[in-house]
Amino acid sequence: MTGRPGFGMRPAENGSPAPDPAAGEPLAPLPPDARVDLARERSDAQADEVLDALDADLVGLAPVKTRIREIAALLLVDRVRARFGIDSGRPNLHMCFTGSPGTGKTTVAVRLAELLHRLGYVRKGHLVSVTRDDLVGQYVGHTAPKTKEVLKRAMGGVLFIDEAYYLYRAENERDYGQEAIEILLQVMENQRDDLVVVLAGYKDRMDSFFASNPGMSSRIAHHIDFPDYEPDELEAIGRLMMRDEGYTLAPETEPVFRAYLDRRRARPRFANARSVRNAIERARLRHASRLVAESGEVDRAALTTLLPDDFLASRVFS
Amino acid sequence: MRITQGTFSFLPELTDDEIAKQAAYALDRGWPCSVEFTDDPHPRNSYWEMWGLPMFDLTDPAGVLYEVKECRKAYPDHYIRLNAYDARYGRQTTALQFIVQRPRREPGFRLDREETSDRRVRYTLHAYALDRPEGERYGDAP
Repeated sequence: MTGRPGFGMRPAENGSPAPDPAAGEPLAPLPPDARVDLARERSDAQADEVLDALDADLVGLAPVKTRIREIAALLLVDRVRARFGIDSGRPNLHMCFTGSPGTGKTTVAVRLAELLHRLGYVRKGHLVSVTRDDLVGQYVGHTAPKTKEVLKRAMGGVLFIDEAYYLYRAENERDYGQEAIEILLQVMENQRDDLVVVLAGYKDRMDSFFASNPGMSSRIAHHIDFPDYEPDELEAIGRLMMRDEGYTLAPETEPVFRAYLDRRRARPRFANARSVRNAIERARLRHASRLVAESGEVDRAALTTLLPDDFLASRVFS
Repeated sequence: MRITQGTFSFLPELTDDEIAKQAAYALDRGWPCSVEFTDDPHPRNSYWEMWGLPMFDLTDPAGVLYEVKECRKAYPDHYIRLNAYDARYGRQTTALQFIVQRPRREPGFRLDREETSDRRVRYTLHAYALDRPEGERYGDAP
């Protein structure tokens, strides 16, 4: 702790927080014959930064990116319409992300929260990520307060429910998950202004979840499917991850890395980008132990370059 | 007699929007909010009944306002107040506290005079509302 803590309303330690750029003053209504430059509005909202970052940092996922651009355009147009005094009601933005493991559902949800905040749809733009454990209680009367607390925490932002199908257990009719779903539905309907709910999970199990909870399905406007990555996309993801961690592939490693991904893809429990991350983590381990075993002098290149052996030692090549 | 306790008590009643803005101010400073209610507004009654636990980890006032409304629904004729607690080392006290609901009719207090030994006189405040049993103090008059 540095220095004395501030006390009471003393401005230095306790002053007003930094002004929030996205929460600007409400704009004056426009006369009916006014003209608005949409490109200017776009740059004012700073939504393009998020969209461009989404394009740059996430490989592939074309249908997801298209849908998110559409949503951004809708919110932007709604904002301008509101300035002309056209009341179009709040669009329903509850979403469902389906896709195999490691296809970037959580990552997109974080970006989405930021984007919705920039466009003024949610007030704070934070993401609260929960699973069944955070919503469903362990005994009678425990579920409702628990679910409500999570919902209150998510208000003003996005509630991301990972593996949402676990909420409903068909085999146990006394399961408390049903209670959590009912509260969730109620809040999704009545407090649409306050939060956006994103359900995520694997495609087939989400489908059966919706089949047994039709109310949930109809309250979700956007069902977005995350496709599996193609081999070259996986490679691009791997490069992006290595770049972020300060590693490069030696030229002779590149075909090995490609072959590794091909073999890994064919194996069971392949988790797309997550498997790529794990592969790189293990290559880092082997890289480090190789350097230590050689115990000679190392230079910068040796510290950052992954050699074929770092991948060839993996069990997918055996 | 209008009870004046806590911040803003000499102002007109705050609207829900104003309450949300005050809660947002508190949350922006990292003060968790909590809702309390009572039907005994004696100034020395500082511990009111808690409406649920204090709400930690909130970032948006919508959750606070939601609990205030729930409490109003359950206790339409009680006093309800919102507390914001500053847990920072060196302060650790209620930073902001204001009444968000009061009964329609507030009968006020009378001064009771009690003569004790040696002709000394002691005074005590007595809320007229306390003459009725708990839970019925601020309903419609029987």
